[in-house]
Amino acid sequence: MENTVLTEKKLLELQIVARDLRRKILNVIFHAGSGHPGGSLSATDILTALYFGGILRYDPKNPNDPKRDRFILSKGHASALMYCVLAKAGYFSEDKLWDYRKIGSELFLSGHPHPKTPGVEIASGSLGQGLSVAHGIALGARIDKLNYNVYVVLGDGEIQEGQIWEAAMSAAKFNSNNLIAIIDNNKVAQDNLTEDLKNIEPLIDKWEAFGWDTYRINGHNMEEIMNTLLTPMDSVKPRLIIADTIKGKGVSFMEGNKSWHGVAPSEDDLNKALTELE
Amino acid sequence: MKDGATRDGYGAALVQLGKSHANLVVLDSGVSDSTRTKQFGEEFPDRFFNMGISEGDMVCTAAGLARTGKVAFATSFACFLLGRTMDQVLVSIAYSNSNVKLAGTHTGLAVGEDGPSAQMIVDLAYTRAMPNMTVIQPADWEEAVQATKALANYFGPAYIRLGRQKLNGIYDSSYNFQIGKASIVREGSDVVIFATGSLVQESLLAADLMQSKSISTTVVNISTLKPLDESLIIRESKKHMAVITAEDHNIIGGLGDAICQVLTNNQIALPFKSIAVGDRFAETGSGSELYEKYGLSSTHIIEAIKNVFSKKTI
Repeated sequence: MENTVLTEKKLLELQIVARDLRRKILNVIFHAGSGHPGGSLSATDILTALYFGGILRYDPKNPNDPKRDRFILSKGHASALMYCVLAKAGYFSEDKLWDYRKIGSELFLSGHPHPKTPGVEIASGSLGQGLSVAHGIALGARIDKLNYNVYVVLGDGEIQEGQIWEAAMSAAKFNSNNLIAIIDNNKVAQDNLTEDLKNIEPLIDKWEAFGWDTYRINGHNMEEIMNTLLTPMDSVKPRLIIADTIKGKGVSFMEGNKSWHGVAPSEDDLNKALTELE
Repeated sequence: MKDGATRDGYGAALVQLGKSHANLVVLDSGVSDSTRTKQFGEEFPDRFFNMGISEGDMVCTAAGLARTGKVAFATSFACFLLGRTMDQVLVSIAYSNSNVKLAGTHTGLAVGEDGPSAQMIVDLAYTRAMPNMTVIQPADWEEAVQATKALANYFGPAYIRLGRQKLNGIYDSSYNFQIGKASIVREGSDVVIFATGSLVQESLLAADLMQSKSISTTVVNISTLKPLDESLIIRESKKHMAVITAEDHNIIGGLGDAICQVLTNNQIALPFKSIAVGDRFAETGSGSELYEKYGLSSTHIIEAIKNVFSKKTI
């Protein structure tokens, strides 16, 4: 990460970026006729901070630069968010977003991400794998003696996958302190509240017991997100950030509502949502 | 020609490759003494990752390492390497086209006394069915060494099927293994056997014994199960009066099905018999006892040769 001075102006800019991304996400999902708005809107502020707050080092002109920081969206169903961020970051033109979920998509803007799309590191969509993959990349950095960081965003429901805990043990074993996992803790899964499906708390106690440094923040407070991401990596442990978020954040009738997990908005709903996001 | 287990050839090749390939990494899931990755770990500790007993984590970590330009060999007993990780292998390795080589040891009924939960007989079906996946099974120590080296120089997902049991040497160092090429290990004229892995040795034994019965048998080692050497299979089938396939794997999804598909797609109608595990779980017992009881030994291949030869005029 670069030296970033967190000014009021910078925070305001990031909030504007996040709002524009939310509008774009709903537009592309509406246009595609399917997709996952709830979990895209909950993670929007996190990805905004990473990509536009000066946290991730990346060069959209050279997406395979060996020294780049890596980002993995393990909760791959939030692909609309991923593609909107990549377009805004300059990996490809925003016009391409209208190919989302369409056959023949030139940049392979599939329902879930795949590395054929510039800026995507690995396929995701089957929950539970991204933390292990991110850790493998973190180990690769060590072999290559490169000092980049690997960031991975996990869903809270995804924490129910056993492999997450396998990877948590592995990263602690190898002292992989270039690995930063962020849980988009929106507390709502497809079927139910996450805690009613299977309770994942107490998250801090669990991750601390597994050997990680932990932070817990409001995942919609840009200042908190940025300050946490800017905290120097001076521990031998991998880092976990629990970002408490709201599913469908920014659209009143979507917030906390499981029925917006995997449904595209109607034209009416879209217009209502866009009005709220003005 | 060196006798030995294919897992030993794999382990020996990794150590050699460690010296020549700075980007080669090896992962294991807590069984490195049995899979023969231990020596690599001792010589190259910075490039060896023992992930503990968590195969899903191991194969995805391998995928992550591969994304940084490494060629990653992820190793375990085949039962767990693949049995526990179909989804991880499909998404993070095959679909993502990650440069990961999955090395599964202790395959087939040959594993013996540990019983059916340790006898992997469905791995060829698993891996053959995956787009992007190359599938290889060496037939002796030398071929295991060469196949491992070939995979280190090949970009893409692959599975190499290895065994614990000692096999007779078939090849010497003049052999030149190539991914996608089958090799004729014995030339005959009446019946052709397409065999893979330990069944190449059984087939050679059967071919020897059939000579006294005046049936001349060709044995072809199909060490790359995917992509198949179709032109050789077609050519050899047309030169013979009957076809047999032989593998230590379930009869569904392995070599027998693969050869059938080639023959039928090319309108080659010949008497045919698959030597394989008959879609059932075996039991405990020594590998050779199980081969005898479950139909994989040279005795069964001889029966099959007689059987298909007698039908050659249909």
